[in-house]
Formats: sequence, C-alpha cells, structure tokens
Amino acid sequence: MNSSRSRKSQLASRRNVLFGGAAAASGLFIAGCTSNESDDDEGGTEQQAPAASEEAGAPVTIGFAGPQADHGWLNAINEQARARAEIYEEVTLEIAEGSNDTATQIGQVEALVNGGVDVLVILPADGVAMTDTALEIMRAGTPVINLDRIFDNPQAYRCWIGGDNYGMGLNAGHFIGEQLRDVENARVVELSGPDNLELTQQRTQGFDDALANYPNITKVARQAAEFTTESGQEVMANLLQAESEFEALWNHDDDQGAGALQAIAQAGRDEFLMVGGAGSRAAMDHIQADDSVLKATVLYPPTMAASAIDLARALGQARGLNGLAEFEIPSSLTLFSAVVSRDNVEQYLPTGFN
Amino acid sequence: MTHGATSEPASSSTLAKSEPPGASPPEAGGRSGPRLVLGKLTDIHTISLLGVLAILILIGGITEPDSFLSTTNLQLVLTQASIIGVVTVGVTFVIIGGGIDLSVGAIVALASVWCTTVATQEFGFWGMAFTAVVVGLGCGLVNGTLIAFGPMVPFVATLAMLASARGLALQITGGTTQNVTVDSVLELSRRDSFILGVPPLVIIFGVVAVLGWLLLTRTTFGRRTVAIGGNPEAARLAGIAVRRQRLMLYALSGLCCGIAAFMLVILTGSGQNTNGNLYELNAIAAAIIGGTLLSGGRGTILGSVLGVLVFQTITNLFILNGLDSAAQQIAQGAIIVAAVLLQRRSATTT
Repeated sequence: MNSSRSRKSQLASRRNVLFGGAAAASGLFIAGCTSNESDDDEGGTEQQAPAASEEAGAPVTIGFAGPQADHGWLNAINEQARARAEIYEEVTLEIAEGSNDTATQIGQVEALVNGGVDVLVILPADGVAMTDTALEIMRAGTPVINLDRIFDNPQAYRCWIGGDNYGMGLNAGHFIGEQLRDVENARVVELSGPDNLELTQQRTQGFDDALANYPNITKVARQAAEFTTESGQEVMANLLQAESEFEALWNHDDDQGAGALQAIAQAGRDEFLMVGGAGSRAAMDHIQADDSVLKATVLYPPTMAASAIDLARALGQARGLNGLAEFEIPSSLTLFSAVVSRDNVEQYLPTGFN
Repeated sequence: MTHGATSEPASSSTLAKSEPPGASPPEAGGRSGPRLVLGKLTDIHTISLLGVLAILILIGGITEPDSFLSTTNLQLVLTQASIIGVVTVGVTFVIIGGGIDLSVGAIVALASVWCTTVATQEFGFWGMAFTAVVVGLGCGLVNGTLIAFGPMVPFVATLAMLASARGLALQITGGTTQNVTVDSVLELSRRDSFILGVPPLVIIFGVVAVLGWLLLTRTTFGRRTVAIGGNPEAARLAGIAVRRQRLMLYALSGLCCGIAAFMLVILTGSGQNTNGNLYELNAIAAAIIGGTLLSGGRGTILGSVLGVLVFQTITNLFILNGLDSAAQQIAQGAIIVAAVLLQRRSATTT
C-alpha cells in the first residue's frame, strides 16, 4: 500500500517533470519566435532625393503626432516622416506616441507644443474632434500642417496635405474602363472598404463617375469589407460565389486585398483583372511578378508624410517650395492617386508599405 | 460534418445527467438516426435553430437557386464557419461552466501573428501550427489561473487579456501584414487539398465539434462543467475541484483559439493584429442562440455549431443577393433578440 503510493507519487512527479520540461521548452521555442527580422527585407521607405528646397537652412524643430500605427499604411506614414526628417541635418523631429483616442492625442499634441516645436504636423485620429485643439495651437502662434484627415475649420491649419479618395475611385475606374474598352457588356465588381467611413463613399462615387464614361461597362455587385485580410477573404469568397463570371474587380484597399487574393486563388478563378488600392508592398510585388489577377493598384501614397515634413521645414524656414513661384508654401495640397501597373511598378516599389 | 456525431451509439445514462429537465428521455437501443439524436441532444433552441436554418436555405433556394444550392457554396459556407466555429466550441464550454471569455478574438489575433513572424515561418508548417496552439493555450492558462486562483471576475480577467493580447499582437507586427510564404500552409485552403470534396478546415472544425460534444456529454469533465456552471457551491460540496475545473475550461477555450488562429492563417495566408475582430461577440452570440444559458449550467455543442452556421448562412445569403452589410447586421441582431426571447420563454415554462 505504502510502496504503491510512493510509486504513484514518484510517477506523478516524473510526469510533472515531463510536463514541466515540455512546457518550459515550448515557452523557450515560442519566445524565440517573435522576431520579424529578415535578411532579404528591404525596408519600404528608401528615400529618393528631396524635391523641396535643397540647401540647408535655419534649424527647425518639427513635432509629429499621428494615430496608433495599427495598420500597414499608418505604419508607413510614421516611417516616411521619420526617414524624411533624417535627410535634413537642420531638422529635429519630435514624434509623439501614436494614439487612436482623441483625448490622448490632444494631450500628446499639447505636450509637443509645450516642449517647444516650431511647426506641428498632425494626422488626427479624428479630424473633427481635434479641430479645437489645432485652432488654439494656431492662435498661440505655432503653425499646424494638417495631414490627410482634415480639420473641419480652415483656420485650424496653415496647410492641409492629403490623399484624394474620390480621385482613387476615378483613376481605378478609368484604368478598368480603358482595359475593357473592347469588351462588350463588361461586368465590374467592387470590393469596398467599411461603409461607415466617408472616404469609402468618396472612393465609390469616383469609381461610379469614371465608369459612367464607358457605356459598355456595368457594375454588377458591390460589397464592403473592413480593411482587414480576414474580412477581405470572407467577403470576396462570397462575392465570387455570387458572381460566377465578370471582367474586372476594384478592391479599395490592398490589406483586405491580400485576403481577397487568397479567396480568388481558393476559388480557382482567373477570368478577370483586379485593381487594388493604397499601394502595399505585397500588392506591388504581385503586380511586378504578374503572378495573379492583380494587375494594378491605385495609390493613396504614404509618402504624404514625407512631403508634410518638407512643407513643415519650408514653413519653419519661411520660404516656398522649389518649383513653385510663390514665396510661401500652398495652403492646400491634394495628392494624385497614381495607377501603379507593371509598366511603372519599379519606380513605386520603394513606397510600398508592409 | 456533424454527421460523425449522429452515428455514435448513445448511452442514455450519461446523457440524462446533463440534460435539462423537460427534455424527452432518450429511446433505448438502436441507431434510429436523426430522430434519436434530436430527441437526445436537443431542446427547443436547437429545434428552432434548425427551423431558422431551414427557412434560410429555403429563401436562398428561391432567390438564388443556382449559386446558393451548389456544392461549392456549401463548401464555402462551411469553410467560412469553421474558424469562428472552433472558437465557439471553446466559448460554449466556458459559458456552460458559468464563466465568460471576452479575450478569444484577441488571443486569435496574437496566436495568428506569433505563428506568422519571419522567425516562426522558418520552422515551416508544424513550427507554425505548434506556435499558434501553444500561444492560444498559454493565454487560456493565464486567464484560467487569474480567474480560478486570483480569484478574479471572468469578465475583468478576460477583458484584461483582450487588451494585453491585442497590444502584444500590435507590438509584434508593428501594424504590418505578415504574409505567409510557407507553401504547405497556403495550399491547405486550395481546392486540390479537399479530401473527398471536404475542405481540410471543415474537417478540423468537425473533429473539434465532435470531440467537444463527446467531452461535454460523455465525460466526467463535461458533467463537472455543467455542475459548476449550474451551482458552483453545490458542486464544491459534492467534491468537485471547482477552481481546477475553471482553470481547465479557460485553457480549453485558449486551446480552441490557438487552433482557430492557425486555421485563419491557412485561410487568409497572413497574420494581422486586426485578426479575430469581434470574435468574442460572435462566438457568444452563436452560443446563446444555440441555447447555451449565459448564466451557465446548460448548453449544447450542437446548438452552438448550428448558431455559427445560421450566422454564416445569413452572411452568404445576403452577399449572394447583393444586399449590403448594414442589412446583414440588422438581420443578425434580430435573430439574437428572437432567440433570447425564446430562451426566456422556455426557461420560465420549464
């Protein structure tokens, strides 16, 4: 009895050691697996020669506040700003920790101002909610460059620079229209971003307006995904089931497009051409390799953050932009949504985000 | 894929213990097919859910007969349901045991990005699968330990896990999409990998569902789960190690999340910190309309599986008919309300 019990406990302890050891080994293995460093990874933010005023000027301190980089594009925004500032010896960049909460972001912006910056670049988590804070900062004498998500009062910024959502749709529509010029009764499908965002409505409006120029094309279906690969896969898989044959697809966002491409490969479909949106590195790689239905993507360029640094620098040094006649920087700058296809993808590859 | 369950000979004595009062007693002897299973495994919720599913299929068959009533569509709906289905099986156990797990979506996100890092992908298919499962299980164990031995309220502990796991997932990815380059992982979602027309992801879901059903209805573990959910004090007095049981329930839920995360990586070919968005609510909703009592002590795996299928069929049906996501969300909300009202009614009558 006694011996059997001790044997049992011995067994139990041996089992514990076995389990404990396995757990420890698993833990060690797993802990070693968080690295994303890769030997052949070229960072997506190589900078080309600056287009703004070349010669160094007076020292400028630029404050930069953006949302939390929880999305490839936003991550690229931070990288672009950082890399651009490093090019200029006289520019000091103060970056606030990103936040998606307006109250937190207001605190961060105020901390930047109190720390003493010459120009402030703000990509607000929510443009409308951030307007009053930007107004106060402008009134107190620090000029604000508003990046992409616009404040709802023009007095709240000295200069706005951002992408063109309507133009994205327009250019995607024209590209598809030209590709399908000779196809009779061409059918087009749209995989949009979340419907509760105004930018989604603008992209769709631009797309529809462009397609209206091509009477041979009909948009047969439109569904919304959530800018995530997961939602892109799910919605696209169902869309493919709904539309057994069509000629072209426009997907608003390359992140959800990664999932959509999976769904397309899973369904074994390849009868149509696909155009993406935003300009991710993965999308550009597919376009360059020509190994999928994805033939082009319409940019929403994250390089706008680099340009915002250029604008802030010019503003801080009280001069205009090279190539423009004016002595000051513009008050508003809407960027072009270029179509990246196999013909020009090489040029844009460095701007593709991960 | 739940057909595996229907062919199992049922043992009435073990089942009776986990059945709510009022359920019809099982017929003895014989594999009389669906009727037997319905009589034993289901209550009013499961039957009404089958009705809802039948109505949805009828609507689909009338509105889009060609695209809806096809093998590829069946494969599609089951594939899309498989991931949230596996999560829901785990969540069902937690809820039956009187708890709640709000962290499942975040754990799926963390496990999916952890198993798709460049470093993990070097270990190939099994390295990635192992990582996903261990990360899920690890998070579940942390949840369980905090709740059982903290002791912390499940709502708070799993909410904390939700925040930290999502944060860690963001930390690992830095906001980027981690694409899978291991071909053996990607191929598993392609048509060539289907086994007798059944996608591998659906097979995994089927196996998890059947194992979950066996675990809940045929084992001491299952009966203890029902006992601590129904009345933890009575369960303690009856000699059940309530805390240990709780720990294991959350570990089980975490394990399911790990499996689901790897399935999601197979399906989407990538790991993203936004993965598993709102899985906690979808899984809880599916379990609830499947007849699992939110206060614990009652529920079935079959009900949860049907709940998942109902939601996925709605999504499929709406997209096939070209209706937008807003209409879809309204329909889902309406079904949850209807199911819970029904549940209340039956709870007061029994």
